[in-house]
Amino acid sequence: MLYNQPNPLEIRLLTRRFGLPKSASIETYLATDGYKALERAMGMSQEEIINEVKASGLRGRGGAGFPTGMKWGFLPRQSPKPKYIMVNADESEPGTCKDRLLIEFDPHQLIEGMLIAALAVGSQQGYVYIRGEYRYLIDVMDRAIDEAYARGYLGENILGRGLTFHVATHSGAGAYECGEESAMLESFEGKRGNPRIRPPFPAVAGAYQCPTVLNNVETFAAVPAIILQGGAYFAGLGTPKNGGTRLFCLSGHVNKPGVYELPMGFNLLRMIEEVGGGIPGGKKLKAVIPGGSSCPVLKADECDLAMDYDTLAAAKSMLGSGGVVVMDEDTCMVKAALRIMRFYAHESCGWCIPCREGTTWLRKLLQRFHDGQGQRSDIILIGDVSRNMLGRTFCPLGDAAALPTISIVEKFRHEFEAHLDGKPCPYESKSRLVSA
Amino acid sequence: MSDLVKFTIDGRIVEAAPGTLVIQAARLAGIDIPSFCYYEGYSLQAACRMCLVEVEKTPKLQASCTLPVAEGMVVHSDSEPVKQARKSMLEFLLTNHPLDCPVCDKGGECELQDMVFRYGAGESRFTENKIHMDEQQWSPVVFYDGPRCILCFRCIRVCDEGMGVGALGTVNRGALSLIAPNMGDHLNCDECGMCIDICPVGALTSGSYRYQTRPWEMEHTGTICTHCSNGCKTTLGSRNGQIMRGNNRDRSGINGEFLCIKGRYGYDFYNHAARLESPLLRVNGKLEPVSWSKALSAVAAKFSSIRDAGGTFGVIGSNHTSNEENFYLQKLARQVLKTNNIDHHRTGDIVTLIDALAGSTGQLAASQDFYDSKAVLVIGSDLALEHPLLSFQVRANYRHHAAHVYVATAGEIREDKYATKTIRLSQASELGALEELRAALSAEPELLIVFNDMVKGDDVRKLVKFGKSLGIPVKYCALVDYSNSRGAADMGLMPELLPGYHASNMPGMTLPEMLASGDMSALWIVGANPLKSAQLAAKKAFVVVQDMFLTETGERADVVFPAAGAYEKNGTVTNVCGEVQKLNRAAASVGAKPDLEIMGLIAKEMGAAAQMGAWLPETIYKEIQSQVKGYNIPLAMVTLSAQQSTPVNGGTGVASRPDLVWSAHDGLFTSGTLGRYSATLNSVMEKHRSAAADQSTVSH
Repeated sequence: MLYNQPNPLEIRLLTRRFGLPKSASIETYLATDGYKALERAMGMSQEEIINEVKASGLRGRGGAGFPTGMKWGFLPRQSPKPKYIMVNADESEPGTCKDRLLIEFDPHQLIEGMLIAALAVGSQQGYVYIRGEYRYLIDVMDRAIDEAYARGYLGENILGRGLTFHVATHSGAGAYECGEESAMLESFEGKRGNPRIRPPFPAVAGAYQCPTVLNNVETFAAVPAIILQGGAYFAGLGTPKNGGTRLFCLSGHVNKPGVYELPMGFNLLRMIEEVGGGIPGGKKLKAVIPGGSSCPVLKADECDLAMDYDTLAAAKSMLGSGGVVVMDEDTCMVKAALRIMRFYAHESCGWCIPCREGTTWLRKLLQRFHDGQGQRSDIILIGDVSRNMLGRTFCPLGDAAALPTISIVEKFRHEFEAHLDGKPCPYESKSRLVSA
Repeated sequence: MSDLVKFTIDGRIVEAAPGTLVIQAARLAGIDIPSFCYYEGYSLQAACRMCLVEVEKTPKLQASCTLPVAEGMVVHSDSEPVKQARKSMLEFLLTNHPLDCPVCDKGGECELQDMVFRYGAGESRFTENKIHMDEQQWSPVVFYDGPRCILCFRCIRVCDEGMGVGALGTVNRGALSLIAPNMGDHLNCDECGMCIDICPVGALTSGSYRYQTRPWEMEHTGTICTHCSNGCKTTLGSRNGQIMRGNNRDRSGINGEFLCIKGRYGYDFYNHAARLESPLLRVNGKLEPVSWSKALSAVAAKFSSIRDAGGTFGVIGSNHTSNEENFYLQKLARQVLKTNNIDHHRTGDIVTLIDALAGSTGQLAASQDFYDSKAVLVIGSDLALEHPLLSFQVRANYRHHAAHVYVATAGEIREDKYATKTIRLSQASELGALEELRAALSAEPELLIVFNDMVKGDDVRKLVKFGKSLGIPVKYCALVDYSNSRGAADMGLMPELLPGYHASNMPGMTLPEMLASGDMSALWIVGANPLKSAQLAAKKAFVVVQDMFLTETGERADVVFPAAGAYEKNGTVTNVCGEVQKLNRAAASVGAKPDLEIMGLIAKEMGAAAQMGAWLPETIYKEIQSQVKGYNIPLAMVTLSAQQSTPVNGGTGVASRPDLVWSAHDGLFTSGTLGRYSATLNSVMEKHRSAAADQSTVSH
């Protein structure tokens, strides 16, 4: 698997082993401070570990951005039930491709992060739920787990310090919905991947109804660095309340697409120009999806902003999963909306009415519209149907489908009007990003 | 009162117990929050989003079916955002719904129709193509129309949680999601039809009812199922006197929402082509149709002459006929025919149980106890197959109250799955094994012991002794087979016992004795078929049979009267728990008459009309009340809801007759004579047989 050339603007904390020979092996890991954070964490109390993570300002890298230390603190200290550590490696948000690199090039960093989380909450069993399409990563992960067992970093009496922790991988079966944490737990337990009613949250009733720490791959992978270099150091890399670095997955109309580890709050326009090498053919920027396909799009003139959770929230979008999709001036936004909706209509689990019916309705509507059969009233209808889903679905998938659609209709209404009266798509011959 | 939570809904202050869901509290307060997926008694889904409400200080609308009430919470269930949300949900639902209401079975009683009428939009903005999927037949009685399905998942839950079967699941994703049966394209299940009944729309339809009628063309009569002894209420929909459908549409009666295949579909025997429509008289060795007057006078003349000549009568009654009919029959036998040779097929040893409980009260279980008792011990019976309602109630008890269930049966039964402890024993002589359960049972706050015909005679006494020795309150239920098995015993259809379990001072012959006696002059058999499995020794006996069909016993008769079935008459029946319930006539019968009327006419022909009194069910019920302990319940009460009879009278004073007690162990798809004439039950059995055959072919 190829890995893009690093960029000098990166702060390579989680990705520092990327590109090293045999970077996934335990030898390489141990030669580059591997499992040192575990040893340090073993000398800390549970409270101290959680406080260090809190101090780092680390927020969930899956998309929701919930403070990780706080999440770990929700687990009951005393529990008659076992506690579990679950890694969400069901990376399926369109535009996102970072977790697979973190596993492929540095699986031990993930195992070490899980071990530290296990110490922090008192767990003896962890699972890595890997999306079915990442079949090859299960082999990478299993090899790393075997190595860790062989070297005494997993199993009974770890490093002779009495700690017990086991890790196993579990394959998803190809559903985007299983990236939602409660649907993932259902799928993990062998059931249909429908989301669960919450509360209770996984911290109280997760895997097998037991207290569970459930975080994204990148979140766990950040933990060893936080323990080794200190929460304050990590926090200092980013902007206030947005600690550390972030793996941005730069794709679309840029000259150098790839995964880049940049400090939180890195300017989006600089990212496109200085990291991504600008837009091919010197074309102009039209829009950016800042954090995976479920985020409201930003128009070109909204892109001069710091890429952190709070700045993007203020701009009525989301940092999401770090999937930055750049669209140039020749992109048809109606087609972009259609392509996004095709995905969500395909991935809607079918559990609740608004998402199940709404996504399919919107897909058909957008398809007809893009095909030149749209009417002026359809433009309003697209927004209406999206708003009827928004905030009313059982899980966030409905919002994920509604939000980008609403933003595209609102911000690019003129492009919808350009498709009216049977006119062919004005961008049909030019656009190459979106193939619907 | 202080531990109640106070909250505001639509400007009203409402109090509710902590943990109550907003939707429950609102409905209790008379505020109807609509829902499809929320269904009381089953797990929560929050899938249909119809129950969204506005909660002050909460940014998004909240699903009131998963939201517990909180002190000071302010809820709006009729604000503009809520109304708009409901309207939008219905708009979503109708996008792929076929709207084939004119030909849909559910049209007129469809929750989706009602919901759209109340909350929906008058016009659709959906102009795309709808998704079409072909209809599927899953079994002789269950059809599934995917496009009509709104995916509320009620069927999945009622099958899994309610029935303990789990034959349904979901396949596909998104708008293509479908409910699917456990065998891929067909069902292997109880065929109870609960999934059809609970379906809010016309997605699941019934093999026997589909495309037959419009709901508003039917009259609906609540009566009692005529099959097993559990006494479920079934509501029969009839059109022009013909039964079109059975269900329990108002969820009343002791069974609430429950009905098994027999209660729901097993009514079709009543218009079977083989139904007798005219009396038959043996002429020159052949049974020939004759007029009622000819048949009646023939019987009356023969009965009178045999009586006057001092001949021997034998009378065999039924497990299916009403209390009034049974009472009238034994009175006629004892007072007019002057014989105590009267009996019926005993299917459980209620007689010994009543005797063993002499001197104590309140120890005969009511059907409600199966849902309420903190602990239940099942002995012998495969409850789910033989007593489906009781099994349903025990499951609900476990689900809702975490009741402890103990099992002592020969083979695996459905209750094993959630039983606290299971032991295997195949005959009553192994009852000593119950000692294994003693410690656990003694620690229970109370216990319900339910046993079948494995335990009879002295073993019943031993079991009661065991129950007493536990030192906790114990109730008992002796399982019996049929819809009025218990009533037949209560009404004294026994040679040794008069109505109300009073010992007869001149006990007559038992059923086997009557059949075996060579000098029986006349045998009168009402609603029973003893000659199916036995020979009649008295070759010359004059045999009179009242039945719906020409049974093996009818074939031997000299006179056969066509009898009305339980769905064609009024009266009362008593279920396995001694609960007296009212039969209400739902169908017209052609040619046949109720057994009571036939008996009354025979009495009249014999000149005993005045002695016997009027043959009206209400009149006879009054007489029963005066003679049978436990039946002093006003008929009005019986009509409204089941009332338990408690015929404990300080011991019966007769010897146990375990030799006379045996159960037919009818399963879900068999039901004695009636089952043979039910096309639906037979079609389901045929399907299960061929599925089993396929299975064995594969495994070879």
